[in-house]
Amino acid sequence: MEDFLYFFTFQDSSIVFVVIGITLLGLGSAYVGTYSFLDKKALLGDAISHAVLPGICLGFILAGEKNPIYIVSGAFASGALATFLTSWIRSNTKLSEDAIIASILSIFFGFGVVLLTVIQKSGNPEMAGLNQFIFGNAIAILEEDLIIYGGLALLIIITLTLFQKEFSLLVFNSDYGKAIGYPMGLIRLLFNVLMILAVVIGIQAIGVVLMAALLITPGAAARFWTDRLGKLLIIAGLFSVISGIMGTYISFILPQMPTGPWVVVCLSFLALFSFLFAPKKGVLSRTISRQRYLNKTHRDHLLKAIHHGLEQGKKYLTIEEIYESFPYQKSKTRKSIDNLIRSGLITKNQNLIIPTEEGKSEAKRIVRLHRLWELYLNEYMNIAPDHVHDTAEKLEHILTPEMEALLEKRLNFPKLDPHQENIPRDYDDL
Amino acid sequence: MMTFDQNAFLIIFTASLIAISCGLLGVFMMLRKMSMTGDAISHAVLPGIVIGFFISGSQRGLEVIIGAGILGIFATLIIDWLRQKARVQLDASIGITFTLLFAVGIILINLLAYKVDLDQECVLYGEIAYLPIDLWISDSGFNFGPRITYLAILNVTLVVAFITLLFKELTLTSFDENFSSVIGIPSKGINLALMSMVSYTTVSSFEAVGAILVVALLVVPPSTAFLWTKKLMPLIRLTCGLGIFIAISGYYLAYLVDSSIAGMMVAVSGILFLASVLINGKKPKFTWELPWNKSRLALEDKQL
Repeated sequence: MEDFLYFFTFQDSSIVFVVIGITLLGLGSAYVGTYSFLDKKALLGDAISHAVLPGICLGFILAGEKNPIYIVSGAFASGALATFLTSWIRSNTKLSEDAIIASILSIFFGFGVVLLTVIQKSGNPEMAGLNQFIFGNAIAILEEDLIIYGGLALLIIITLTLFQKEFSLLVFNSDYGKAIGYPMGLIRLLFNVLMILAVVIGIQAIGVVLMAALLITPGAAARFWTDRLGKLLIIAGLFSVISGIMGTYISFILPQMPTGPWVVVCLSFLALFSFLFAPKKGVLSRTISRQRYLNKTHRDHLLKAIHHGLEQGKKYLTIEEIYESFPYQKSKTRKSIDNLIRSGLITKNQNLIIPTEEGKSEAKRIVRLHRLWELYLNEYMNIAPDHVHDTAEKLEHILTPEMEALLEKRLNFPKLDPHQENIPRDYDDL
Repeated sequence: MMTFDQNAFLIIFTASLIAISCGLLGVFMMLRKMSMTGDAISHAVLPGIVIGFFISGSQRGLEVIIGAGILGIFATLIIDWLRQKARVQLDASIGITFTLLFAVGIILINLLAYKVDLDQECVLYGEIAYLPIDLWISDSGFNFGPRITYLAILNVTLVVAFITLLFKELTLTSFDENFSSVIGIPSKGINLALMSMVSYTTVSSFEAVGAILVVALLVVPPSTAFLWTKKLMPLIRLTCGLGIFIAISGYYLAYLVDSSIAGMMVAVSGILFLASVLINGKKPKFTWELPWNKSRLALEDKQL
């Protein structure tokens, strides 16, 4: 608790720097990552983040110490080379995209490991700092690093905000952008540069292996909460900042823990929560609404069965007859019957199911929609009468009163459907 | 300087075996456009390795292999679940799954740091150079020779057996999954079997070449071979040949610059790959074809 207060009241100026740093980093990579996620190029970020390793090592060898400028430019150069090679190989060979990305990723990482072992054996005392780039250590962000990393992150955020229209064009419909005269090649280049920059500054906090999570996960999770690009970016940024600060806090209280893995675990937790519980798109709410819809269709079918009984002159159906018309669905049918009784559409007397006035009118409505749609398909679409039933079976549940009115008007209030059956109206008596 | 002694032979022999097992599986992964899934699996087995290590107390335990195998299948299932049930696009579901599992693995290593003798570097890069001193000695003190070589022999035998036995099924499901389902081949089961073989190979090789570099051996030789031939059998043969070549040249180059052998093997395979792209990639060719024929050719090109 003491640690918690100490950390979150920002008494220590170095903690302030770290938190500012991780916030900027998180925002920058979440922004870039969301665009690349929408572009369906999420794994390119993974390739780039593995590919910066040889650049970091080269920068280290050239500078002889952990100099942020050398390291950032080395990382940027090898990231750029990897991006260029990926797109060049894609346009020049028949290899599939995932094979190319996986190859580039592992080849660059292999080169990085070779350089890393060379540095290790050279016995440079600064070597220890280099391992931080593999799993990240946000606590190690110093004030002078912050100016470079934070500045670059700000640059990314500002550029993405200023050119939001251009980048959305790139992601959603690049051909259209080209057609209306935008220089799409240049925009893609700029975007790739921003992506590499985001990776380069992100690895300080989260490390090369896990950087992909900071790019991919916030966007993927935020996508479950909204369909608007503006909100998407804000939510993704929020997720990433929260997990960044959480991860930093954990590696603050447990100093042997690297930051990266904890940031990723927090992010994945937020993502999993979104996948399961987000309204509308989450697994849970989709399962519920699907179940609701299935129940509704089954209720509708039950009412229809009762209506058919009425048409044949039966005032009621026995419960066995109903079970028989829906074979193998006894428990479901029982549930639907209970449901209909509760909403006052039918009444049950011993084992007789009798529709109420409301129930009759509802049943008529469903049958009417079914038959109207059959007639519409037959008359306007020229579909043979024996082919119209299946579509109508689906649409009877979803046609709105407005659609019904329109159909009635188009078909001029017809009496009979293509199968020469009566189209029931509320004033009809059965 | 460059010697060929018993140690060199053992290292090259083992490395070739590992490269061959990875390459054989990699060919099918590539044909299924699942190279990135292979990458994801090789990251995702990490928690399994750590837990197995913790339970058995040594990296020789069967628990390690079982743990990693379970995690590999688990990762495949999560990816499928995210894609089909939660409707996350494929690349993002791969990215989310492997980063999460890898992060959990790293956290476990740090939590159990005092209890298990396993460090992050070993998992990431491996070190095949220690192979000749890591001996398999029986309880009665008899020395059988380097342990990892035995593991690699076992691994390559199982992989070859797996592919020979299921060759028809693997080929069919790789090229036309729907057709193979129609004629009654359980393509999901075959897929899971392949994924578990990949996880097992990853675990069996991670001490020698490291979890991430296994990916390179899974992906790069098949992709390189694919640039030279499009027929399945030559593709497999070429991949194996490349594996052996990579092992030999990687060893001697690493010797020359005094660096990680596994890293150097990957570097060599990378150079071979890029060279193959340069030689066999499309070049702007001048042809006498009429424009409309050309455009039809271009269309066929795309359909392939």
